[in-house]
Amino acid sequence: MSYSDKVIDHYNNPRNVGSMDKSSADVGTGLVGAPECGDVMKLQIKVNRETNVIEEAKFKTFGCGSAIASSSLATEWVKGKTVDEALTIKNMDIVKELSLPPVKIHCSVLAEDAIRAAIGDWKKKQESAKPVTSAVAQ
Amino acid sequence: MSTDVRIPQELGVTKHATPQGVKLPIYMDNHATTRMDPRVLEEMLPYFMEKFGNSASRNHSFGWAAEEGVETARERIAKLIGATAKEIIFTSGATESDNLAIKGVAEMYREKGNHIITAVTEHKAVLDTCKRLEKYGYRVTYLPVQKDGLIDLDDLKRAMDDKTILVTIMAANNEIGVLQPIAEIGKLCHERGVIFHTDAVQAIGKVPIDVIKQNIDLASITGHKIYGPKGVGALYVRRKNPRVQISPGIDGGGHERGMRSGTLNVPGIVGLGKACAIASEEMTREAVQLGGLRDRLRDRIMSRLDETYINGSMEHRLPGNLNISFAYVEGESLLMGINDIAVSSGSACTSATLEPSYVLKALGTGDDLAHSSIRFGIGRFNTAAEVDYVADRVIETVERLRELSPLYEMAKEGINLKDVKWAGE
Repeated sequence: MSYSDKVIDHYNNPRNVGSMDKSSADVGTGLVGAPECGDVMKLQIKVNRETNVIEEAKFKTFGCGSAIASSSLATEWVKGKTVDEALTIKNMDIVKELSLPPVKIHCSVLAEDAIRAAIGDWKKKQESAKPVTSAVAQ
Repeated sequence: MSTDVRIPQELGVTKHATPQGVKLPIYMDNHATTRMDPRVLEEMLPYFMEKFGNSASRNHSFGWAAEEGVETARERIAKLIGATAKEIIFTSGATESDNLAIKGVAEMYREKGNHIITAVTEHKAVLDTCKRLEKYGYRVTYLPVQKDGLIDLDDLKRAMDDKTILVTIMAANNEIGVLQPIAEIGKLCHERGVIFHTDAVQAIGKVPIDVIKQNIDLASITGHKIYGPKGVGALYVRRKNPRVQISPGIDGGGHERGMRSGTLNVPGIVGLGKACAIASEEMTREAVQLGGLRDRLRDRIMSRLDETYINGSMEHRLPGNLNISFAYVEGESLLMGINDIAVSSGSACTSATLEPSYVLKALGTGDDLAHSSIRFGIGRFNTAAEVDYVADRVIETVERLRELSPLYEMAKEGINLKDVKWAGE
């Protein structure tokens, strides 16, 4: 299989590799895929409480070059977006940007899932934090 | 709070310093195919332009010259496996040889029985042929293999019944290089009057094959795995003790004693013969050399990387084969990082089916480790300098990809990956 130049670039120079403290209230973590399937992506976002803007994004991926590139690109795209804006990123946008062949479309699906899972995790944290805040206010 | 991982940029393929004496790209995928030996090519060349005759032309010198080339090749192949020249049938390659042997026996011995025994780790040329025969009413037993890749002879004994007409078990596996106990299998078959076919494609010319000593009735051979040409192969068909008969797969002019019609690929056959002649002379010495290089590769990689696992028996193995799983790293991404080196992976991503290697799964290797496997096939033209370069590139790429792997990070944190509830499962 030959790879597009963009996939090769992300593979050779992955953006935003790393981890953030997943227990932090501002950090949302998405872990999707399974080792048995040959793809696992961990995508993390750090969200500004005031503006809901994703200020930082990090990823780690076990998977083929296209999976690494899809998640690397996803971190680039979510950075600077609000949480709601980030949710509009679709897997087919990733397919287009990286020129992924049909057999690699599942990599882009996983990257979209990872974004949604990270945002979902962050939202859950915000909701569970709310009653505590109101209790303090009373 | 965040921890950044620095990915060294200098690992880019073209920027990498190449040690002296190493020419890129390196070919180390010799189970897929081999580069032709120049001595083979030299032997073949006259048969394209000068001795271009049809070996079936019995009444002029052009035909005789071609026939002489074919008969010399037949003798050379026979000599390599302890057979006689008349027992060698030429085909287009191993897939055809496997089809001809299995379907040929199935049809010829239909009155005697309808049961065939094979193993789950066989090549698709055998497995898919057996599957087709199941559609025609044959019964097929697919023997499991043990953790080391070998079949259990007791399983084979238990599987045999009075309807068994054929056992087909490969001599050496194409992915893990594991050598099956074919002499013992052949003995069991002959004691019970069952025909024994072996796909010997990977074993011929690499380890000793003797059809008499090993009680082999049918053996598939191909040119391109032994530094010969592609598109030419042979099938050994035993002529006595017992005499084995097969129905032809291709009907026509009655070539090859009626078993395989079609004008012979004379240059290819001459090349296959020469490749076998070279193997007869050099196999013993070459096996020591390849085994040494293989062990050098294994030791260099495994002394510097933890959590690497060899797939299949090291004891019963082709000298040039190494198949390793690198935990937490997906095989295709590893191949991408060493793309100036030609090797193969059992990862699903490298196959058309998105399923990881069925051979590795049969050993009980988990899907996760099957996705992480690399097959190295060391051959006649590989050098120690190449082996060292390959080992070093693999090590640094695995280290880089592990830093990128969430699984490696989780394992380092003490999380048992088997206990994790994965979203994708």
